Amino acid sequence: MFEHGDVDAAQLTVRGAQTTYGAAGAFRPVRSGRNWRHEDIMAATMIEAHGLKRTYKARGKSIEAVRGIDLKVDAGEIVGFLGPNGAGKTTTLKMLCTLLTPTGGSATVAGSDLRKDSVGVRRRIGYVSQAGSTSGEAVVGDEIISHARLYGIDRATSTKRGQELLTALDLSDVWSRTCGSLSGGQRRRLDIVMGLIHQPSLVFLDEPSTGLDPQSRANLWTHIRKLRDELGTTVFLTTHYMDEADSLSDRILIIDNGTIVAEGTPAELKKRVSGDAITLVLRHEEDAKRAADIAARLDGADKPGIEANRVWLHVPDGGRALPVLLADLTKAGIDAIGVDVNRPTLDDVFLTLTGKSLRD
Amino acid sequence: MTFFRDTWIIFLRAMRLSLRQPMWVLIGLLQPILYLTLFGPLLQNIAATSGFQGDAWQVFVPGLLVQLGIFGGLFVGFGIIAEWRSGVIDRQLVTPAARTAIITGRTLRDVVVITVQAIVLCGCAYLMGLRVPLGAFLIGLILVALLGAAFSFISNAIGIATKSEDALAPMVNTLALPILLLSGILLPMSIAPQWLQIASNFNPFKHIVEALRAVFRSDFSDPIVWIGTLLAIVLVVLGAWVGANTLKAQTR
Repeated sequence: MFEHGDVDAAQLTVRGAQTTYGAAGAFRPVRSGRNWRHEDIMAATMIEAHGLKRTYKARGKSIEAVRGIDLKVDAGEIVGFLGPNGAGKTTTLKMLCTLLTPTGGSATVAGSDLRKDSVGVRRRIGYVSQAGSTSGEAVVGDEIISHARLYGIDRATSTKRGQELLTALDLSDVWSRTCGSLSGGQRRRLDIVMGLIHQPSLVFLDEPSTGLDPQSRANLWTHIRKLRDELGTTVFLTTHYMDEADSLSDRILIIDNGTIVAEGTPAELKKRVSGDAITLVLRHEEDAKRAADIAARLDGADKPGIEANRVWLHVPDGGRALPVLLADLTKAGIDAIGVDVNRPTLDDVFLTLTGKSLRD
Repeated sequence: MTFFRDTWIIFLRAMRLSLRQPMWVLIGLLQPILYLTLFGPLLQNIAATSGFQGDAWQVFVPGLLVQLGIFGGLFVGFGIIAEWRSGVIDRQLVTPAARTAIITGRTLRDVVVITVQAIVLCGCAYLMGLRVPLGAFLIGLILVALLGAAFSFISNAIGIATKSEDALAPMVNTLALPILLLSGILLPMSIAPQWLQIASNFNPFKHIVEALRAVFRSDFSDPIVWIGTLLAIVLVVLGAWVGANTLKAQTR
């Protein structure tokens, strides 16, 4: 389905052990016979940035859009860069893509130094901007070939590769159509085809699903996962959607006000929030008070809140605590008529970390 | 040479897009042809006035050609803003292509469009009675192409620097009007009062128009021919320098 031409060996190994690579099976781990350990994966770093900084000068004042960011992305990861609008996501992304010169700090991207060899960086990265990549009047095939030729890829190869990528992204019959005649979701996938035409080892997606309807978003996410699972491409994406970061990323970096405020897997980040919320609904207020006393004895529980016949509290692991709690209540002769466990969302994480909601 | 190869790739893409919408090329042609048909005949009677050298068409058509070069170039910036907005410019900036090729390739396309328009304009002028040697006609085309290149570079540069049609439009107008009025494009400056003549001497485009008029009446020995051509070349170099630097400054 995909061509795996010049993806380097270090990258292939990353997911080699646990992933299936298309029907052809051309993508087997080189050293079969043992599973890949974490150390093997750590060997290939795709992005490493230290103190990356960007200051704008506007009317004599300097505005710090990005205040010194350290980050590391390993080959084969899908990393989500999450933050509200204006947090510095796009500025950071543009610096890593050589579209903006950092005012401080250093970075190595796809094996090349960002400052000393920006052309080397550009050769190996793909960038899918939120603004798009094609002119509405242009023909899809022409745009793909013209773009590929800027990487020094000849016409025949770019036609073949372009058509394969279009097919892989469910766009097989659009080659001779104008870009403007595609739907929003199709055009976004075309942007991704453009970004992948030179088979980059690292692709940056800036707000990939902004402006798409729910169905197109879900479809796009499937394709983004395929980039990594089938091509071995490292994906670095920015988003201000919690569900997007949650469902796509192996690891999330949360940025606010120009600095990274937290990082971890979605699960790890959620654990940082005070825990799962358990809500009990009881027959009457009397039961609620007694249930609250019992619930308070759970391991790691905080002080329960009571309102009429409702009781709520936070515990580190709601799934384990609930059976215990229900058994204790039954022993005490209290019937719960309703129960609810809510796992924290990344939205809660963001709220806990920054004191503000992502939706602002 | 990656610069030339990349310029060619960018040029081909831009040219293909222009050819898909020949309407805009035609609309660009409409203005000089309107001048030719609706304003040109008026000059036939004024040509007898002192200060006119050569016949009315030999005076008027060089002005129209210079105007075509200037205005044809000045308005291309709107196109590059639209391309920036659709993400095309950033997409090309992220490739290993020479960054200056991104503006040079587009400017080359503009020059081709303007030159084709100039050929059509000269053809119409021939039908209306302009008679010049082929050599003079070719020099005219070269001058128009040079002016088109200079102004296209500048307009593309302003477009990419401001990224706003609202900023580009007043800048283009502010630039265009004094150039137009002080260059004797419509009427030769030789019939202007003294102070206006002196003021117009500071306008390089007056000399370019005068150079082309001298060429059109086959007066190749007039030093103004060389001065005008040299000025046009200097303008292109200046435009290219501004254009290249604007593109490089994009990442700053």
